[in-house]
Amino acid sequence: MIHCVLHDPADSVAVVVVEGVVAGATLTGLILDEDKTISLPCVQDIPLGHKVALKDMAVGDTVIKYGVDIGKVVAPIKKGQHAHVHNIKTKRW
Amino acid sequence: MQSKFWGYRRENGRVGVRNHVIILPVDDLSNAACEAVANNIKGTLAIPHPYGRLQFGADLDLHFRTLIGTGSNPNVAAVVVIGIEEQWTKRIVDAIATTGKPVVGFGIELHGDHDTIMRASKAAKVFLQDASELHRVECDLKELWVSTKCGESDTTSGCGSNPTVGDAFDKLYAAGSTLVFGETSEITGGESIVAARCRNDAVRAEFMRVFDRYQEMINRHKTSDLSDSQPTKGNIAGGLTTIEEKALGNIQKIGKTCVVDGVLDKAEMPTHPGLWFMDSSSAAAEMVTLCAASGYVVHFFPTGQGNVIGNPILPVIKICANPRTVRTMSEHVDVDTSGLLQREITMSEAGDKLLDMMFRTANGRLTAAEALGHREFVLTRLYESA
Repeated sequence: MIHCVLHDPADSVAVVVVEGVVAGATLTGLILDEDKTISLPCVQDIPLGHKVALKDMAVGDTVIKYGVDIGKVVAPIKKGQHAHVHNIKTKRW
Repeated sequence: MQSKFWGYRRENGRVGVRNHVIILPVDDLSNAACEAVANNIKGTLAIPHPYGRLQFGADLDLHFRTLIGTGSNPNVAAVVVIGIEEQWTKRIVDAIATTGKPVVGFGIELHGDHDTIMRASKAAKVFLQDASELHRVECDLKELWVSTKCGESDTTSGCGSNPTVGDAFDKLYAAGSTLVFGETSEITGGESIVAARCRNDAVRAEFMRVFDRYQEMINRHKTSDLSDSQPTKGNIAGGLTTIEEKALGNIQKIGKTCVVDGVLDKAEMPTHPGLWFMDSSSAAAEMVTLCAASGYVVHFFPTGQGNVIGNPILPVIKICANPRTVRTMSEHVDVDTSGLLQREITMSEAGDKLLDMMFRTANGRLTAAEALGHREFVLTRLYESA
């Protein structure tokens, strides 16, 4: 089963695409553009559609998805954690 | 891919896939008369809306352009226009008449609702019976104008339903179709990618001009970072975090190979085949209404969390790749591409699945939104009334 998908191998987050992803699980991630899979640990419960961090990120770091800047880190994020509005903000507006 | 479909060829040569007789109010005051006519003559369709009084300048021009474009759309066989005043009513009737289709107008002043409804009902009955004798004819794929706009997006939109539209758009573009996308504010963060896809420097400059104007408008009016408006509460619940992430998912709809050939103003009609960018609202019903007014006859609407939108005259085909949404809101989903996220189907197979539904819809199959009676018709306003 594919648990999460990445658009680009350089992405720092992946999208959870199944329900019931819980802390302690090992996730299989599909890299869409390359049709390859990776494996990563999940350390928090993450709802369907929400993002899992693929690496540790510090405040001020740029978050990469689709191989492109999607915003800045505003609270530290560890690999395998839930990455969303509580730790990422827009750089626009 | 098939190259033919069955459509209605109108007097001006354009091809529609529906055969509506619409009862079109010029203004809010005329909604009641229009709805009474549609109630009298079963099978006609009133399109009520809340505007049309004391508008001026560019906002009034857009109001007229949207109503005239709606009446002129080839999915419409004939039009009865009703307005409170004769002169603005005639302005809309005369413009729709240039398409060659049957159209007649009625002003309510000096007559009242009863007399207007009686005369308009008599005209609507003739139009409806005449339209019922029109037959579908075989048409070329390139005569089918297809629009797209997504809504209630989530992260599955960017990896599932939107790139499905992108794959279909790449194939339609190669076939010579006339296509459009828009949502100017929801390009924010992906504008350099769209700019790089423009046909030439002139198109690129016009795209960046309308993009920058929209950003300036948002910056002028904003009171926060727009969180909860863009992305919406629904987007955030679905996992989208920033406008940049939403925009990068949004622009998956223009595929990988098709080129942006031109920029349209709101409700402006394209002048040649290709992919057009329409400077438009990102609100679903506003954008879909503008697409219909520009002459598009089939709409691709990818969703993640589950938008239920339809349009009175434009069939809206919903595509969804979120496995929870296709389970919990199945009655709204026309094309399920959730298999993409489990590698059960390829992107090209997903695009073909959408194109198959496009042909079936063009040939007459009712969309989920049509079957459920979704007829959202929302006019874009530019500023306050005079």
